[in-house]
Amino acid sequence: MQLRVRALETVLTEKGYVDPEALDRIVEAYETRIGPHIGARVVARAWADPAFKQALLADASRAIEMLGLEQKVGDHLIAVENTSSTHNMIVCTLCSCYPWDVLGLPPAWYKSTPYRARTVKEPRAVLADFGVTLPADKTIRVWDSTAETRFIVLPMRPEGTEGWSEERLASLVTRDSMIGTGLAKPASEVGA
Amino acid sequence: MNGIHDLGGMDGFGKVKAPPSEPPFHNAWEGRALALNRIMGATGEWNIDVGRYWIETLPPAVYLTSSYYRKWMLRLERLCLARGLVTEDELASGHASGAGRPLKKKSATAAEVDGLLVRRSYSRPATAAARFQVGARVRTKNIHPVSHTRLPRFARGHTGTIERIQGCHVFPDATVAEGVERPEWLYTVTFEGAELWGPDADPTVRVSIEAFEPYLEAA
Repeated sequence: MQLRVRALETVLTEKGYVDPEALDRIVEAYETRIGPHIGARVVARAWADPAFKQALLADASRAIEMLGLEQKVGDHLIAVENTSSTHNMIVCTLCSCYPWDVLGLPPAWYKSTPYRARTVKEPRAVLADFGVTLPADKTIRVWDSTAETRFIVLPMRPEGTEGWSEERLASLVTRDSMIGTGLAKPASEVGA
Repeated sequence: MNGIHDLGGMDGFGKVKAPPSEPPFHNAWEGRALALNRIMGATGEWNIDVGRYWIETLPPAVYLTSSYYRKWMLRLERLCLARGLVTEDELASGHASGAGRPLKKKSATAAEVDGLLVRRSYSRPATAAARFQVGARVRTKNIHPVSHTRLPRFARGHTGTIERIQGCHVFPDATVAEGVERPEWLYTVTFEGAELWGPDADPTVRVSIEAFEPYLEAA
């Protein structure tokens, strides 16, 4: 594939259709700047600031815009909240729609056939593949991203984190917890 | 189309294999493939829905055995050929045999790239009132369009509830089949697990899709 990609890039460049420096900049952005640390910061703020959490659940794109992050977030991002009675999971059965603006590149498993095929039918079995077991009576709410809306899960705040700084809270927020295939790390996993 | 891409509910693919961590790109070409698709996808020569359709129309065996970025590359090659941007000979030789033609929109320079990395909005002003309100019971139509659709097979012909109204958005089916931008109301429609998967379904599961108004009728 390496040679085939190089051939197309060369042809498109020689014809003036692409600027190789623009390609470099896109690769660099996803390798270094755009990733789940953005979403983690948003979640930590929502845990620490009830007014922000309310704004986030009402309109995530707008709430995040007001945070003034370096990376801008597109329209129609929707935050869905995990509670003691409901656990949310995000999938795209038709392609691989993913909230790139806040989580960066989707992991290979998110784009894989088993994840896309099984999550809408047997989400608890999929969670088991991630080592996650939830109470049998908890509602599992699966969101299939079939349009240009995007979803991010607001995971439950771990116990024993009262009074923590946002930075420390953010260190508990994993990428998978914002997709719904994981939970935030317990407080004991992060040092003082 | 009832294509191989429409995976929801299929069995037999095995477990989800999620390593504890993975690099942003597994091979250097994957980053180039992503970037080429992003740049060319913003030139107005095709839109996001057309781009998806050209992945869906890959032969099923190719679809299932190609990685994500390989599918993106196969799509990009095919679209560039179909739009007359490159020739088969150029792809084979790896060099241009002549100058390019003007693109519908000039492609982004390095300085303009950051704007491309923010998801664009596909919402449009409403031309009519929404037909359904939150809480309404709706049934998805039993439709099998041969062109592009965003109504997955597992959710066709089922009754659910309007959970959210997402505004008016570009209707992908019309974009691909008719080549026109026709906005339609978009809703989050939620189904009980048993409605989709029968009486043996996990009773705690609820699944939603994002459904355009033409997919729905009152239940």
